[in-house]
This record gives sequence, C-alpha cells and structure tokens, in this order.
Amino acid sequence: MTLKQGVLDPQGKAIANALHALGFDSVEGVRQGKFLELDLKDTDKASVEKNVKSMCERLLANTVIEDYAFEVLK
Amino acid sequence: MKSAVIVFPGSNCDRDVAVALGRIAGHAPTMVWHGDRAIPKVDLIVLPGGFSYGDYLRSGAMAAHSPVMTEVAARSKQGVPVLGICNGFQILTEAGLLPGALVRNAGLRFICRDVHLKVESTESMYTRRYKRGQVIRIPIAHADGNYRADAKTLDRLEGEGLVAVRYCSPSGEVGEQHTPNGSARNIAGIFNERRTVLGLMPHPERLIEPALGGSDGRPFFEGIAEALAA
Repeated sequence: MTLKQGVLDPQGKAIANALHALGFDSVEGVRQGKFLELDLKDTDKASVEKNVKSMCERLLANTVIEDYAFEVLK
Repeated sequence: MKSAVIVFPGSNCDRDVAVALGRIAGHAPTMVWHGDRAIPKVDLIVLPGGFSYGDYLRSGAMAAHSPVMTEVAARSKQGVPVLGICNGFQILTEAGLLPGALVRNAGLRFICRDVHLKVESTESMYTRRYKRGQVIRIPIAHADGNYRADAKTLDRLEGEGLVAVRYCSPSGEVGEQHTPNGSARNIAGIFNERRTVLGLMPHPERLIEPALGGSDGRPFFEGIAEALAA
C-alpha cells in the first residue's frame, strides 16, 4: 500500500531529505508505503486473488488515500 | 438525554467526554465496550479520542471493524447522532460514516497544544450554541490529523455547509499557515449530510470549565444537551 499520487507524503519527503543529507543526490522522490505478507491456506489462484482484493478494499488499504498492489506467490 | 460512549482498547478520552456529558447534560453516559454488539437505546453515541488498537495499520482502521461498529452504523442510519472526537473522527472516516481520511501531520510530529478554531456552521446540534464565525480555543493532541479528501469531496463539503470548524489564527484568519497539521482547506471537523454525525480532531471535552484552563468547549456540550433534552 502506498499513498496515492497527489496525496502529500510527509514521511516520504523526510526520508528523501535524509537520503540527500547522506549524499544520495540522485534521489528525486520517495513514497513510503506498507508491505504485508499473508499466509493463506487457499491454493486456487483465482480465489486467492479475489479474496486478497476484497481484504485490500475492506481493511488493508484505505482507498480514499492509498493505492495497493499484490502478488500471489507459491 | 441518554448517551453511550464506546470504549475501544486504547481509548483514553472516554472518561473525559463522559465527565463533560455527565456534568453538562446531567446524565452520565453508558460506557459500551467495543466487543459488545448491542448498544442501549440512546440519543447520542460518542466515539472518544485515544489510540484504539495502538493505531495499528492506520489510525482507526481496526476499530472501524470492531463488533460494536455494525450497530453504530445502523443507529447512525436511523438518524441517531454520532460524535467522533480525534480518534473517533479517524474511526468514522475509516468506517465510511464520514468522507475523506486523516493522515500523518504534515510536520510529522505529534502535536499537543491549544489551537484556534473558526465555527463555520452553527446549524447543528453540536454547534448551535456558538455564533457563526466565532473563534474558539480548543486543544488538539494527535499525530494523524491531516484531513485529506479529493477536490470534489472538499468542494461538496464546503458547498453544502458541512465543514463544522476550521483551524484559524487567534483573530480568525483562515490560511494555510494556520493549520497545525496540513489539513486540506484548514478543515478540523465535518458533518455528514444530515448533520447528525460530527467528526472533529480537536477536543472540546478538555476545556469545559475555567479550572481546566478554559471553557470554550462547554457550549458544544450545552448545545447537545439542549438539542436532545427530552
């Protein structure tokens, strides 16, 4: 989950400033987000995707301010 | 007037608001644990300030899905007034009872101090005892009070007079430099369409008598008591 483009990300901005202070001048911007790992007992990919999408919409992301993306790994 | 204060794990302003309601409205509220599915028949439901669930995931995100919230949403739909203060406001947006979202303060710091607010609308049970445009001094105490919504939502809130209070200077000027947390259009509190639901970041319950350092929050509870007197 990351904040949508256009939503001010003060933490990302502070991290970018810190990277600049360390001399990483090539950093043009930082967006901070969250990374979650879910263990699911489901094995059917289509149903996993449907489930995780629903989890993201209902709880894991706040779609007013955040975008989300997920990947299913075996 | 009967009221209920919902207590979540991590609520810490539940007692303050209970004292304010008890003293000013004359009836001590029923404290309802978040895990309960039933709420007694009341005229007002309050979601208090605090740090429900330790602000895990996002402030208010976990509490918005507490068992009791299904009943809060149902009562709200029936027209029962719901007041969310600070964390309560965050919970109301996460539960979809109010639009927008509250994100990290623009300055990244937790801010605990008095701020000045301009009362934008007095057409509600919460703000009826103030004058339109009145500047009041009320404390804030939050890290995630930066109100965000898309431009269309902000225009609608302003157009329909659903902005309750805005951050301002002591003399009432509303400018970006007077928002302590970066909130869009200085928004500190908003109503739902029927003005039965109010969410606000500042804590009126903390300033209800001079011994507490001020009483600008008192008319807020007087208005509630007056509107709901039965």
